[in-house]
Amino acid sequence: MSSREKILGAISTNKPALIELPVIDIKSTSNLAADWVDQFIKILESIGGKVIQLSSIDLIKKEIQQAKIGGEYIVNTLPILGEVNTEINSTMEASLLETVDRAYIEGSLGVAENGSVWLYENQIKNRLLPFICQHLVICLSINKIVPNLHEAYKQIDVAKEGYGVFLAGPSKTADIEQSLVIGAHGARSLLVYLISE
Amino acid sequence: MNPKNFNRLFFEPIQGATLSHSEAAEIFNKDEARTDWHDETLWFVREKRDKAVRQISEWEQLRTLGSDIKDHTLSNLDNYLTEFEKNAQANGIKIHWAIDAEEHNEIILRIIREQKVHQVVKSKSMLTEECHLNDFLSQRGVEVVDTDLGERIVQFRNEPPSHIVLPAIHLKKQDVSETFHEHLGTEKGNNDPQYLTEAARQHLREKFIKSQLAITGVNFAIASTGGFVVCTNEGNADMGAHAAKIHIACMGIEKIIPKAEHLGVFLRLLARSATGQPITTYSSHFHQPRAGQQMHIIIVDNGRTKQLGRPDFRSSLKCIRCAACFNTCPVYRRSGGHSYHTAVAGPIGSILNPNLDMKANADLPFASTLCGSCSNVCPVKIDIHVQLYKWRQELVSEGYTATGKKVAMKGMAFVLSHPSIYRIAGKMGRWMMRAFPFIMNNKSINPWYKQRDMPEAPKQSFRDWYKKNKQ
Ligand code: SF4
Repeated sequence: MSSREKILGAISTNKPALIELPVIDIKSTSNLAADWVDQFIKILESIGGKVIQLSSIDLIKKEIQQAKIGGEYIVNTLPILGEVNTEINSTMEASLLETVDRAYIEGSLGVAENGSVWLYENQIKNRLLPFICQHLVICLSINKIVPNLHEAYKQIDVAKEGYGVFLAGPSKTADIEQSLVIGAHGARSLLVYLISE
Repeated sequence: MNPKNFNRLFFEPIQGATLSHSEAAEIFNKDEARTDWHDETLWFVREKRDKAVRQISEWEQLRTLGSDIKDHTLSNLDNYLTEFEKNAQANGIKIHWAIDAEEHNEIILRIIREQKVHQVVKSKSMLTEECHLNDFLSQRGVEVVDTDLGERIVQFRNEPPSHIVLPAIHLKKQDVSETFHEHLGTEKGNNDPQYLTEAARQHLREKFIKSQLAITGVNFAIASTGGFVVCTNEGNADMGAHAAKIHIACMGIEKIIPKAEHLGVFLRLLARSATGQPITTYSSHFHQPRAGQQMHIIIVDNGRTKQLGRPDFRSSLKCIRCAACFNTCPVYRRSGGHSYHTAVAGPIGSILNPNLDMKANADLPFASTLCGSCSNVCPVKIDIHVQLYKWRQELVSEGYTATGKKVAMKGMAFVLSHPSIYRIAGKMGRWMMRAFPFIMNNKSINPWYKQRDMPEAPKQSFRDWYKKNKQ
């Protein structure tokens, strides 16, 4: 008998009688979208992220141009922000991605209760990019903020693409004496532009 | 009889070479300042949890949902596992089944050898600790680099993690500094956590980039979509998995949840319970290997189906490994994770480990005051302290403790000789007589009096209580 059969057999012998699956009926405490935006900003900033509200993307475009002139390796993945870096694809090697200073990525949705942003694989272009870049910038429409994770899971399809992530703030650790250090293995900073254009 | 001799007399035949919890705890306690620091640091984490929880008005409703979803899943586990397998395979993921730790390790070794891999990185996975994967592989010439900062620190030091969420919580920054000076060539005496973390970042980036194979754990596996979720704050699971051409994810059979919508409940509970964060920095959802990558999942039993068959203890399989029960436990805080001599320490480990080996772990259910704080904080409502009490009875009736009384005494030696634990835990009078009536009847073997500088107040109240209750 294979291990698979042994394990499944043992479960069917040992499991209790079927217990019903509960229905998730959590109501969100606020129904005001404006409150969700406030909460999103407050929470993301409390976990080390930075949030800037913008009514025009011109400022971001300018920022990218200036950084490029300054010699930084900037990766832009959003056509609305200008020229995109076509060299970034799903099979690009880690040793090349490692040189990225700053990456601009579009977020799908923000979650007010925890300050996280959902990113689909096609938005990040390469799964390593949001982790391996030194600094990460996410552009998110202010209309895409939902109150909590229950609502978020209703709106995203986790299996639509091969990979997706809720990303909340810069990489961090407190493994040395519980002292918080920002910039463990992933990006050293996270800036979210909330765009109301 | 002198309690010390009493200990020596009875622990060794039971524990063999391994120190019992109370013996190891005695050693841990020799450094009083460090013990106090350990206690306070974990209590601080517990307080952060409380603060986070208070901000969620529906917290109790979430706990009930988390508990009920897990109860349901366990009652239909075989069907969910086959559903998961089918969907994961359709996603292009290869599924393996391992009946025990040995088979789990062999599967990984086989993949490593078949693919001629030399560079292996691993993010935190308590299952691989439980299976002693690192030792197994290193004995066969394969070096595994642990990439979680805390795990890398303890790996350099040749120690096991002492906590399932905070692996190096038993160490001070001076210890880390010395270790990094030795292994990474950092400046001697530079204890700055920022500096030390940066050194580890540089060191591990190089490992990530060179790695050919990445091993990760699994926090949740979704039956209906055939994908899985891995949560980290550092981003090390992602750095490893996305850089390597082979990704192996290891999961116990109990990691299954029915649908993606259930993640809404568990991700809300997990990080708040663990560290007081609203969510971990990265909650990564893997459904397919990336172009050109191989993805494997190993589904492991290793005693879990047996635990499922024990009605008194099956709900321990609901655990989501948040470690809230560790941080709140007065015994854990003052005895340190290594005293539990197992991969998963703390209150939940004391329920899981006797299932794996009753004889070797017979001391663990006694490393508790049964105060119930663990059950109060558990996000999936496991009745931890009740199960610890039940294990004590079970161990005696199963004959693993030829003289149950004596084993209980030895196991309890640590708890009884540290009155401060009760002060925190409270409720002493109500459980003591019920749990250990024999102790009360034999003052000569009561190790309560073992500690020399026992605080005055608890001693007094104990005596009062004892006088009243000895009948
Ligand atoms: S038993 Fe409960 S509190 Fe303890 S680690 Fe598991 S889920 Fe967390």
